[in-house]
Amino acid sequence: MTLFGYRLPMMSSLILWCLIWEIVGRLELVLLFPPFSGVLAALVDLVQTQKFWTATWTTISTFCIGMALAIVCGVALGVLMGRVKAAENLLGMWVNVFASAPLTALIPVLMILFGMGAKTIVVSVFLFAIWIIALDTQAGVKHITPSLIDMAKSFGAGRRDLYAKIILWAALPEILAGIRIGFIRGVKGVVIGQLLVSIIGYGELFELYSRSFLMEDFWALTIVLFAFALLVAELVGMLEKRIEYYAGVRQ
Amino acid sequence: MDARLEDPVAAGLAAQADEAAGGRHQTLWWRLASIALFCGAWEIAGWVPINLAFPTFSSTVAAFFEMVGDGTLLKAFGLTLQPLIVGLVVSTLLGVSIGVAMGLRKSVEWMAAPIFIVLQAAPVAAVIPMVTFVYGIGLTAKVISVCLLALPVIVLNSYKAVANVNPSLINMCRSFLGSRWQQIVKIILPDAAPVIFAGLRLGISAGFIGIILAELLITPTGIGDLITYHRAVANYAHMYASIASVIVFSAVTLSVLQWAEERWFRPEKKGS
Amino acid sequence: MVAVTRKFPRDAHGEDMSSLESIISVRGINKVYSGQVHALKDVDLDFPAGALTTLLGPSGCGKTTLLKIIAGLLEPNTGDVLVKGRKVTGPGPERAFVFQDFALMPWATVLRNVGFGLELRGVADAKRNEIARRYIEQVGLGGFEDKYPHELSGGMRQRVGLARALAVDADVLLLDEPFSAVDEQNRRKFQEDLLRLREIERKTFIFVTHSIEEAVYLSDRIVLLSRRPGRVSQIIAPQIDRSGTPDEIRRDRAYLDTVEEIWQGLRQFVD
Repeated sequence: MTLFGYRLPMMSSLILWCLIWEIVGRLELVLLFPPFSGVLAALVDLVQTQKFWTATWTTISTFCIGMALAIVCGVALGVLMGRVKAAENLLGMWVNVFASAPLTALIPVLMILFGMGAKTIVVSVFLFAIWIIALDTQAGVKHITPSLIDMAKSFGAGRRDLYAKIILWAALPEILAGIRIGFIRGVKGVVIGQLLVSIIGYGELFELYSRSFLMEDFWALTIVLFAFALLVAELVGMLEKRIEYYAGVRQ
Repeated sequence: MDARLEDPVAAGLAAQADEAAGGRHQTLWWRLASIALFCGAWEIAGWVPINLAFPTFSSTVAAFFEMVGDGTLLKAFGLTLQPLIVGLVVSTLLGVSIGVAMGLRKSVEWMAAPIFIVLQAAPVAAVIPMVTFVYGIGLTAKVISVCLLALPVIVLNSYKAVANVNPSLINMCRSFLGSRWQQIVKIILPDAAPVIFAGLRLGISAGFIGIILAELLITPTGIGDLITYHRAVANYAHMYASIASVIVFSAVTLSVLQWAEERWFRPEKKGS
Repeated sequence: MVAVTRKFPRDAHGEDMSSLESIISVRGINKVYSGQVHALKDVDLDFPAGALTTLLGPSGCGKTTLLKIIAGLLEPNTGDVLVKGRKVTGPGPERAFVFQDFALMPWATVLRNVGFGLELRGVADAKRNEIARRYIEQVGLGGFEDKYPHELSGGMRQRVGLARALAVDADVLLLDEPFSAVDEQNRRKFQEDLLRLREIERKTFIFVTHSIEEAVYLSDRIVLLSRRPGRVSQIIAPQIDRSGTPDEIRRDRAYLDTVEEIWQGLRQFVD
């Protein structure tokens, strides 16, 4: 939108919202929201504590392991479902169900099976992310124009070449889109997992802050988490943009 | 980028879009085989057992029927559904209004879009335990949890729906001298309706997550209570049965919505 | 640059059109898109009442842009559009548009789509449906009133668009490549139907097409536009005897010569 003739960039209203937050906090209108400046101060303090970095390390390492597994297995599953009809018929229904289901309900199960530690978190991330990656990969693979495959075969491409040189590349836009959403879901998985387990990582910190009602620290940590989620989504988005040039003309 | 990929149901549909219409019977057999495969694997896993705390499929089913029989399951669902439905109604009314307003007015879009984009991408779950400190552990906190998860999804989908209305139709309306109000009511809203409805479906899916989170994080009532209680007394079959029932319930609800969406909104878009 | 030649032709009924009032005039039209793309440059044209004038030219010559400016759906950077001598900005009840992609509401029946222009004006239901039914019959879609657009073929959808434009009883019908999204057999049929329609409805038609044959077959006047930036390069009035059968017309000497003449004129613009 434009104001006084100047075009305002998309996310710039966040600045306005921060201002509103500050005012609401100063006037103590809602107990939940301390002044934004206080949160920023707490943020600065927070990133200097050892506890924070330990928790961050736990979070990031479990997140990365879980995501890596989810991407590998999800893409493999998606390609399988996309190329092999039997696999699609047998597995498709479950993948669809789990993609929309409240996976949060499964976490108590994970806690029993895998204990109250990092392993559970990795599995949470894995479970939250894998289904949408598989579905989007499947969609991408199924949308490859048959003539592209015929072309490769007519020039003598073996199975390995077919998958590595044609199928993965042709489906890449959808795969990346799925991975981007998978990342967002993975972040939710790591947070929810830690919240429920509550004795490790950020979950532990959140538990601490809630009990002692340290609102500024709570929001500082929340901002860190939110920023992390958005950053991760942006990075994958940039990757997607780089292959955008051929995404539209594949038919 | 193809926006359908953000919607797991649409992605699933897109993946199956080339199904020949003639395979109806076949699909049924495959469905049954799929279910049999899943249950069979579960049963075996329970027999092995892969973990002492992992019940077999059959014992889970038995526990399920027991809970249905003595009414505990129904009562639990009743308690869980209350805040879910209230939260979803609020989210729908508020969400569609805000989303449509965002699509129609640039100023509203500028103010609201970043907030909801952040809310949708970020793990809002982190905020839920905090909610109880201000709103207590009762119905209000749970309704807010549902809204926190469902509202952003509904808003962004409604906004997208309005923003992507076929411009040719709007031009057509203008060419026949339609006023702005007529454009909105006769062209924009009907054209946006299918996507808005899809957004509602996604919102309901998010709402389920919200209520489970609330019941596991804030204070157990309803299904969350069943899960927590049976876990505490090591009735694993009952615990699994409770979890499975909520997942099945959510899956069935979303299927019904998907069917409704196809029936009412998409006959003209089927196959495209 | 080809010199501008103005010939005052005879219309389909043999009348000398120089004596006709121009129902629409455009003066000094310039249209530039996003600062760079100069679509139309200094266009001056008169459109005689009751005639069928075609805007013809290579891709990107701005013919659709010009048509939309006349319709009031686009604003020119400079210049005026005059309808019956008065300046207009924006759409008006004396002009009706037929869209290239049909622009039908997919959620409405044929009956409602055809009556949409009247619905927007607040015409009562019963009267509106009566008028709509009449025009549905006239374009040959009788019996399809309760069908939805997705149940119709491309050709039928365009008839709905045409009926909708006729139903509002405008003086001028503006048609934007109406037959381009339709297959060849249907296209020919449409052209023949349009000629017949002109006998019944004494309206002015302004037509955009990139098909030379279509233009020569249908038009009283053909305005040739040059490549971007679009300028009026030539105006031709085909002197064709349209009293014969469609096949006879398409083999008429004058018809073939005019097509050839235009083709030679446009050749220079082919990539």
